Amino acid sequence: MRIGAVHQTYAQAEALLDTNFQRVMLAALFAALVLFPFFADQYWIYLACLVLIHIVSTTGLNILTGYTGLVSLGQAAFMSVGAYTVAILEIRVGTPFIINLILAGFVSAAVGLVVGVPSLRVKGLYLAIATIAASFILHFLFANGPAFLGGTQGLSMPPARLFGYDLARPFQLYWLFMPLTALSVVAAANLFRTRIGRAFIAIRDRDISAEVLGIPLLKYKLLSFALSSFYAGVAGGMWAYFFRVVTPESFPLIYSVFFLAAVIVGGMGTILGAILGAIFMTMVPEFLKIAVSYLTFIPNATAQLSPIRTIVFGALIIGFLLFEPQGLAEIWRRVRRFFHIWPFKK
Amino acid sequence: MDWLFLFEIVLSGLGSGALLALTGIAFVLIYKATKVLNLAVGEMLMLCAYFFFGMTAALALPVWLAIILTVIGGGILGGVIERILIRPMLGESPISVFMVTVGLSSVLIGFVEFFWGSDPATLPNFLPSKPVFIGSAYISPKIAVSFVVATVLIAAFLVIFRTWRGGVALRATATDQGAAFSCGINVPAVFSVSWIVAGMAAAGSGILIGSIGGISPTMGVFGLSVLVAVIVGGLDSIAGALVAGLAIGVVEALVGTYLGGEFKLLVTFCILVVALMIRPYGLFGTVEIERL
Repeated sequence: MRIGAVHQTYAQAEALLDTNFQRVMLAALFAALVLFPFFADQYWIYLACLVLIHIVSTTGLNILTGYTGLVSLGQAAFMSVGAYTVAILEIRVGTPFIINLILAGFVSAAVGLVVGVPSLRVKGLYLAIATIAASFILHFLFANGPAFLGGTQGLSMPPARLFGYDLARPFQLYWLFMPLTALSVVAAANLFRTRIGRAFIAIRDRDISAEVLGIPLLKYKLLSFALSSFYAGVAGGMWAYFFRVVTPESFPLIYSVFFLAAVIVGGMGTILGAILGAIFMTMVPEFLKIAVSYLTFIPNATAQLSPIRTIVFGALIIGFLLFEPQGLAEIWRRVRRFFHIWPFKK
Repeated sequence: MDWLFLFEIVLSGLGSGALLALTGIAFVLIYKATKVLNLAVGEMLMLCAYFFFGMTAALALPVWLAIILTVIGGGILGGVIERILIRPMLGESPISVFMVTVGLSSVLIGFVEFFWGSDPATLPNFLPSKPVFIGSAYISPKIAVSFVVATVLIAAFLVIFRTWRGGVALRATATDQGAAFSCGINVPAVFSVSWIVAGMAAAGSGILIGSIGGISPTMGVFGLSVLVAVIVGGLDSIAGALVAGLAIGVVEALVGTYLGGEFKLLVTFCILVVALMIRPYGLFGTVEIERL
């Protein structure tokens, strides 16, 4: 039974992990992540890689939407910028993948800055619509832009290479993605212990008050857009190495909705929420596939999988907003509280 | 430059612009009364078009009966959505309610694909096929009819909301919900009515759009063009929706003819971005004043 932890210094109160139990659990999680590919089959490693990509992108969107309160429906578009950057660098220049990924992040961040410019004048719903506009304009550029973007055919690229070895299969890519994802999640968690992160939270809570308190709104809103797009760009680069074909159709508007849904379902404005949301939203279609395979009494149930998936996707967004607006992170907190005070229920 | 050809394109643009404006009414009504931006209008329209399709094709009902039933069905759809999904979200942030409608649009698309499949279909042809000429300019009869129908419906909406008590209640609610409530206006009923009327408007434009271009589960994309029109015009202004709807209809027709179909959405969204930068609340929208 543990009701709470005593913090005796500021450093303790600010620490990411405050109890030994948390440290042990984190070490166990880390060990599980390292050992996972040796016990899972190809398909599960494939899914794990997809989840890792989605976690990076969702964490980025969470910085913008969950922590700064600027709703964006352009996350997939920023990912496409990253994916195209990586594909072009890999094909034309041939720089090592880690440089490509970082450059993808910076190019995406630059695009995010441009898209974020209206954010001082418009906000809320209007900003969300403006980001939809940005994603359509980017899609048009990729489909009809200069020839080196590959047009509607898109670009096919070689696998990432490390010390002369191709990183092509999910098993190898997992070792590239897992540390990257862990790094970006830890970086995001640390961001909100700094001045910048706290400024973001102040802007989310009430932007006019934040301005009165001396936070330059445009600077921090743009910074938030840039950071979020940086994450999206890196995730897009990972996506490009994973699928190795980048087309304008790879990042539709519904993919942006997917990330916003993951942020909401996971719990806005929590680091854990973005992780849980990304895992949940990526795995739901898989669980549906398994569930439908048992529904043999319905004729051609597998053929109807795609519409069912669309319905469940929408129903999840609605259901969480209606019944669990704090998302999975809140459910997790409730479970934890239950075990903390265990014999004394409620 | 062929001026007659240009004139014909502008006319057909006005025709599709009238449809944008008619659907825009659905956005504006809902936003005015409930401060909800309903992204699912395009999908409500699609569901109504399929409803009409089912009644004329599968049940073989006469067209006039099917139209009446579809419009009633659209009203019921709007009312049910308001009661089940929007009413519980009262007082939540506008973004949360917006996301509920985003989820709703996904559910509606899945629903239609589940029952009717994802292949496009054509509605039975009930619009006249005799070509219409204004001077010597040719207009497709379908577009001419839908322009007339949309104009009549919009005029009817405007008259009703000027004169009918419910229209006054709607405008009062739009101005200040709390004050309207304390003056004895049944605000929840106004919410329901605005969603029901919006559903009926969506059903009407669904039938028209479906009979011009055929129906498919992706026809809800039309809602995005409407959304742009409504935002450029100002989200809470019916007049704005009319002007911007017609203007964007004409621009899309011109762009589609002279530059190519793939430029249509691009130009529409560029107009949106420029409009947002110059007038964030649209051409005719109410400027929200914020203070601490």
